[in-house]
Amino acid sequence: MKITLKLFATFRDNRFKVAEREYADNATIGTILEELGISEPELGVALINGRHVVPTDALVDGATVSLFPKVGGG
Amino acid sequence: MGKIFRVNMTNLTCKVEDVPAELANLGGRAMTSSIVAAEVPPTCHPLGPNNKLVFAPGMLTGTPAANSGRMSAGAKSPLTGTIKESSAGGTSAQQFARMGIKAMIIEGQPKDDKWYRLHVTKDGVTFEDASDVKGKQNFAVIDAMNEKFGKKIGVVTIGVPGEERLAAANISVKDPDQKIRSHGRGGLGAVMGSKKVKCITIDDTGAGKVEIADPEKFRAAAKIFAKGMLDHPVTGEALPVYGTNVLINILNEAGGLPTQNFKYGACEHHDMVSGETMHDTIAKRGGKTKHGCHAGCIIQCSQEYVDEAGVYITSGFEYETVWGLGINCMIKELDDCARIDNAMDDIGIDSIEGAVLIAVAMEAGVIPWGDGKETLRVMNEEIGKCTPIGRILGNGTASVGQAFGLTRVPVVKNQGIPAYDPRSVKGIGITYATSTMGADHTAGYTIATNILKVGGYVDPLSKEGQVELSRNLQIGTTAFDSTGMCIFIAFPALDIPEVLPALVDMIAATQGTSLTVDEFMGMGASILKKEKAFNTAAGFTNEDDRLPEFFEYEPVAPHNALWDFTGAEIDEVWNF
Repeated sequence: MKITLKLFATFRDNRFKVAEREYADNATIGTILEELGISEPELGVALINGRHVVPTDALVDGATVSLFPKVGGG
Repeated sequence: MGKIFRVNMTNLTCKVEDVPAELANLGGRAMTSSIVAAEVPPTCHPLGPNNKLVFAPGMLTGTPAANSGRMSAGAKSPLTGTIKESSAGGTSAQQFARMGIKAMIIEGQPKDDKWYRLHVTKDGVTFEDASDVKGKQNFAVIDAMNEKFGKKIGVVTIGVPGEERLAAANISVKDPDQKIRSHGRGGLGAVMGSKKVKCITIDDTGAGKVEIADPEKFRAAAKIFAKGMLDHPVTGEALPVYGTNVLINILNEAGGLPTQNFKYGACEHHDMVSGETMHDTIAKRGGKTKHGCHAGCIIQCSQEYVDEAGVYITSGFEYETVWGLGINCMIKELDDCARIDNAMDDIGIDSIEGAVLIAVAMEAGVIPWGDGKETLRVMNEEIGKCTPIGRILGNGTASVGQAFGLTRVPVVKNQGIPAYDPRSVKGIGITYATSTMGADHTAGYTIATNILKVGGYVDPLSKEGQVELSRNLQIGTTAFDSTGMCIFIAFPALDIPEVLPALVDMIAATQGTSLTVDEFMGMGASILKKEKAFNTAAGFTNEDDRLPEFFEYEPVAPHNALWDFTGAEIDEVWNF
């Protein structure tokens, strides 16, 4: 399935900002993390179509996935 | 022992008083709110002789505790009509603390038209003629005082909008780099102007060190505390690298980024003004990506933003300001936003209220959407010079909305709603509605848990758990605001179990008390209730603890979320 994958903050370093990517039907957020070499403790927030998800959550065809390291401000 | 300086502007006297027992171990917000609640008649006119402006360094300010150098200013707010506390970095807090000044209360009002500079030393306050700086904006005041006294002088100042008592006027504090930090929210600059105090100069000659009753206990706790700050990924890495503006992209992705005066929850050009872009721009141009607002800050979330030639434009360029200008006003050029930020520092307008009111002015057609150059002109030439239109704008978001007959006016208790949409980040809506300060994200920063997954996770789009989350954060924040600590210590405190006990141990060691975490939080709860009681006595009811109606009938994309809490549900915040 097709996923728009967006990376932010330090996750962009030596990777990319945004890319269209193909994943297998059973892929999860964890699949993407593994592929990118991002460990689970490094992950701050993962969103599918703007909703918070966890690494075991399945991807949905055509979705936008946004990945952030732990960030904060305010 | 500490002392209180009581400065009477009616008869131009300063009394040096002992700290009464009930205030002895307080600081920051606990100190300013206790004094305002005890001494200011809640129904008084905020600009009249019965209001009082109180400055108080935090409980830990002046000690070696990391990030403890912040000052609280408090009064009855001319913007909201409520009690107000607004905190700032800069140099004044540590100067006060080292001179043993636990609070300075400015009361009364001169009967004539003369303007004063208050000159503070460890022995008291003298009243100097301020005609040389009257009519000057903040950077010119700082330059003039530096020239007169040298760069070590502390300076607290208001610009022309403060002199003219506009409700969005802030109080500016010189920082270690001779630039400006602000007691931003709630129009405290107008209160200072109503007292005819143009500026305060602080000469800390002869100041000692802040006494610590149990140095060994303090050192042990301070070490644990600082380690927690450096170990936590937000305070140890994300904030120093990207600054607070790292939030633009995450709020955009989550659909909580108010866009074009709260019409939408996400913005197409978000990455043009994001923290990542700002970091890369500053790094490429040779500015400073790290910078602290006060000596002893180990987070360094601030920055110095420079132009293409490497020339300084602004510093302390925060997420809320960048959001307000770059997204909510649609000003796509980061350089334009930076110049407007600097102008707001110079004229002394709260950079949140200033940005939120400009978006409403754009909706009214006063300024074209996204026009950064015209916004800069309006800041300097209209608001900065207090022209008739400048006064309508400079009296805040609600003033603009009323003047132009608009309904999409994002305020609570007349204070502009900051950078998080309450329809799609519901916890922060509860904080906006119920805060004793009017709409204020820092009063109970549910973004941590709603969006950033710090301190657990509560789904931002569901109503469940939001009231409890906001209540707990408002109580904790009231306690934190009393310490002199930067609010960002909350990130490690929410995630690392050792941090909060270490903070409390530092306070106990400083004061020579046996303060516990429960007692510390209990102090937060009692101060919050004291503030609420002041507001009730000033005429506020639960019906004032509500968001503007448009949030209930204008759904916000991309989640098409509405504000859907009942009044009774909101009022549960006060059930403690």
